[in-house]
Amino acid sequence: MKNFESSTEYKPVIGFEIHVQLATKSKMFSPAANNPDEKVPNTNIDEIVTGQPGTLPVANKEAIRLSALVGLALNCEIDEWSKFDRKHYFYPDLPKGYQISQFDQPIAKEGFLEVNVNGKMKRFGVTRAHLEEDAGKNVHPEGLPYSLVDYNRAGCALLEIVTEPDLESGEDAKSFLTELRNIIRYLGASSCDMEKGTMRVEPNISVRKPGETTLPKYKVEVKNINSIKFAQAAIDYEIARQIEILKEDGMPKQVTMGWNEKTNSTVEQRSKEEANDYRYFPDPDLPPMHFSPEYLQNLKNHMPELPAQKRKRFKEEFNLPDADVENLISWKELAAYFECVVSEIDNWILEAGNHKGAEARLGLIKNAANWSLGEFSALLNQKLLNPDEAKVDPENFAEMLMLIAEGKISSSAAKQVFKVMFEKGGEPDNIVKDLGLEQTSDEGAILTAIEKVIGANEKAVLDFKAGQEKSFGFLVGQTMKELKGKGNPQVINELLRKKLQS
Amino acid sequence: MQFEHLSITELRKKLDAKELSSVELTKYFLSRINELDKKVNSFVTVCENEALNSATKADEFINSPGENPFLCGIPYASKDLFCTKGVRTTASSKILDSYIPPHNATVEKKIKEHYGVLVGKTNLDEFAHGSSTETSAYGPSKNPWDLNRIPGGSSGGSTAALAAGLVPWATATETGGSIRQPASLCGVSGWKPTYGRVSRYGVIAMGSSLDCPGAVAHTVEDLAHLAEIMSGQDEKDSTTGVQPVPQYSKNLSSNISGLRIGVPKQYFVEGMEEDVKNRVMDAVKQLEKMGAKISEVDLPNTRFGSLVYAIICPSEVSSNLMRYDGIRYGHLSQQAKNLLEVYEKSRGEGFGSEAKRRILTGTYVLTAGYYDAYYKKAQKVRRLIMNEFSEVFKNVDALVCPSSPNVAVKIGGAKENPLFGYIADQLNIPSSLAGLPAISMPCGFGMPSDGEAPSMDGLPVGLQVIGPQWGEQTVFNIGYAYQQETDWHRKYPGV
Amino acid sequence: MLNIEEIKKLAKLARIEIAEEDLEKFASQLSSVLEYVEELKNVNTEGLLEVDQVTGLVNIQRADTVVVSDNREEIFSQAPEMKDGYYKVKAIL
Repeated sequence: MKNFESSTEYKPVIGFEIHVQLATKSKMFSPAANNPDEKVPNTNIDEIVTGQPGTLPVANKEAIRLSALVGLALNCEIDEWSKFDRKHYFYPDLPKGYQISQFDQPIAKEGFLEVNVNGKMKRFGVTRAHLEEDAGKNVHPEGLPYSLVDYNRAGCALLEIVTEPDLESGEDAKSFLTELRNIIRYLGASSCDMEKGTMRVEPNISVRKPGETTLPKYKVEVKNINSIKFAQAAIDYEIARQIEILKEDGMPKQVTMGWNEKTNSTVEQRSKEEANDYRYFPDPDLPPMHFSPEYLQNLKNHMPELPAQKRKRFKEEFNLPDADVENLISWKELAAYFECVVSEIDNWILEAGNHKGAEARLGLIKNAANWSLGEFSALLNQKLLNPDEAKVDPENFAEMLMLIAEGKISSSAAKQVFKVMFEKGGEPDNIVKDLGLEQTSDEGAILTAIEKVIGANEKAVLDFKAGQEKSFGFLVGQTMKELKGKGNPQVINELLRKKLQS
Repeated sequence: MQFEHLSITELRKKLDAKELSSVELTKYFLSRINELDKKVNSFVTVCENEALNSATKADEFINSPGENPFLCGIPYASKDLFCTKGVRTTASSKILDSYIPPHNATVEKKIKEHYGVLVGKTNLDEFAHGSSTETSAYGPSKNPWDLNRIPGGSSGGSTAALAAGLVPWATATETGGSIRQPASLCGVSGWKPTYGRVSRYGVIAMGSSLDCPGAVAHTVEDLAHLAEIMSGQDEKDSTTGVQPVPQYSKNLSSNISGLRIGVPKQYFVEGMEEDVKNRVMDAVKQLEKMGAKISEVDLPNTRFGSLVYAIICPSEVSSNLMRYDGIRYGHLSQQAKNLLEVYEKSRGEGFGSEAKRRILTGTYVLTAGYYDAYYKKAQKVRRLIMNEFSEVFKNVDALVCPSSPNVAVKIGGAKENPLFGYIADQLNIPSSLAGLPAISMPCGFGMPSDGEAPSMDGLPVGLQVIGPQWGEQTVFNIGYAYQQETDWHRKYPGV
Repeated sequence: MLNIEEIKKLAKLARIEIAEEDLEKFASQLSSVLEYVEELKNVNTEGLLEVDQVTGLVNIQRADTVVVSDNREEIFSQAPEMKDGYYKVKAIL
């Protein structure tokens, strides 16, 4: 536990309990499918999931590997020995009357995460991460005297991450949760989709009075939070609410609150009438887990690049603005796609010879980032696709950027081309031809057009010569029109000015 | 022709020689069950149709070319703790009165693959909680040697059915004596495997760190065959051992010359019946005559075994019985007005006294404030007991001792005595805690201490042989050798 | 040792309704079990590890592969009450 300095201000104390549903194919202790998208109730069940008499759990190796991986990425200690315990309570969504969880020997413990909060690096402690099985879902039809139970989610592998009470604001929470989610996604350990419930966050919030040095005697837990934005809002709301109470010399109740996204406020939920006694004991059905130094070393050796490393590299290698870097990092698949586009750009530069230079490369990369975060992201979001599911491949993506850079198509034409690439696939130069969008830089053709325009617009020519720069724009536009929009604007500009000044 | 006293090995020869068909044999045993089980009450469910179907399939297999598996066409009964897909499985509890499992226990699956013929499910103490079958929701089974007496338990239905000649063998399970004690009391042979030798999958759990599915049969030779079939690592049970399964039956040897056999002095406890002690010592002399080297050994922590068990077993029971809530299967109270009552009334109505007692005891010792003092402490003393066995097995190859301090007692004595089982099984529990393999086999007859024997001979006495972990072969060899030289296993009650 | 109130508390925790007239019986039976095991407290267990399992097995795990069950109908047929593919229970408050 961290020592708090005394302060003259109200100081929020926030910790998190975060549940992450691991992205395994099968459940934690049974071979039934793990499918968070399943709509038909009680589909992914079997005799083990429904806790039929005599059935036994067998642990999923991949879930254990992913847990250890997350532990390592969160700078945790992974003890050599770990085990499963039974946690007992009665609830309709818990088929065996106990949840297989971990009590005193979690897979990972005592780690931390370093997070950039508005430009300032902060370190938040991770108390532990333990593996357990999820419960099913209860459905409560309104106004009816019964509830319905669906065991599709029951038995799915769940990693519970508990943090130290090191956070102090909604802003901290937002940065922390975003970074944590990125890390877990980068590891391929979970989809961390808060709306679908594959990531569930429950902050514990309390506030210390000015001058207090110890942790407050109460804490308020907030549930029903299904986005990072709401987590931030709920925390800020709670802090304000609690400070109000403290200012009036009151003491906030230790309760569980729910976040109401319609009213943007927290609402007290039914407080639990009695403290539970979970009667933990080691599950005799499951032999212990042993993590050898070789096993852990192997995990470390195959650890994918994490967001912090990628962030650093994107800045150093690509010289991109911070906002671009953050936006790319936050979408793991897009960042990966972007890198593929960059390597296509590099290939092209290599083939084209060194004369293009570093500056041209960085320009192309900046363009790649712009297109990835702009047009591409917009289209992907529209279709709810991930970049690797899109029809446009990185090679064609890069080729389109080259066509723009070489002046073969205009930016506005490129938008049309890209839309076709996105919808149907195909190579950009073919699409350009099909749509008749190729840009001409042929000086002869452009000159012919210019001469025609000058002949037909004497007044404008005179105005320009009299110093009206505005007329130049008009003449460029007319020339472009004459060329049916395909003229290279740079070339037009150059030749027109030369012609008028001659 | 009479078949009820023949071993599986003997019946196998008759089926292979086509002296009779599996259907004929199955009908023979079904009609005995029909006629005699009214007296013995050893079955909870008889599945005549399923049995005749399996027998017909077995006959088809026998009539096709090739060797027949050992169990092919042989009728058997299964303790009603083994889940049998499509055949009612109750654990002798009202809470599962109409439960039809959607799955097979791994053991049942293996027997099915060998074309074994399931004729029914045998009675037991409710959820195997007991040593007499008196806690069964379907009434106690009777000891075929004296119908006023208990057959022992919890596998009492299986041993009673076997002793009464209603089946040639039966499955059984043991947590702390539930195979050895009833085998002893009914005068049959029983095998309690090394923990992890036989898959627990689909066997309704009692004490998960102790439960061992096993079998009872007329001879140790049969048990060696059954062990071969039932054993092995199971991908559905993470506590099954990875050790390959030896060919126990092929390796059987009646030469025990030079084998070091220990007789633990702490196993001849105060209150043990004189005849039990004498018959066991007769057997020890017999083994010595056959060339075994007998020595007395010291197991001073034996007396703590039942105490440790009295904590660990109810703890695991209280946990394993949490799932019976009337939501997914089993008894749902019709009186429940809300969800809390669904739990409290379904469980209150469904569980019998002994189950409730164990659940409450287990709940108590696992509660936060008591966990260290009871559960943790018990698991440490368990280590002491395990270590003690390991030490002893450095100097001997096996241990022999009585399976029960007494012959069968009268029905009615066990029911409301919360310590009955812990005392009845004090000679079996320590080796259960250590996960060791053992057999019990008949070694003579003794007069009960109440003096009211049904005949001049008295009631069966059981000899127990305990081996080191995974040491089934030694245990079977000693039993096999002993049964080659004696015929106690060939004595049958007249029901 | 154990009184009726404690039995009631345990029964609540274990969700078992126990008839008023049986409370006394269970109190005395549980007490006799606790008395029976009392002697364990005096056993010297210094330096001994608890036995979590007797097999010595470690890392027994299965590969992450899916098996689609073929017995869902049989599983559902055991449920006292179902509705629209869900298990039905009295309202959860």
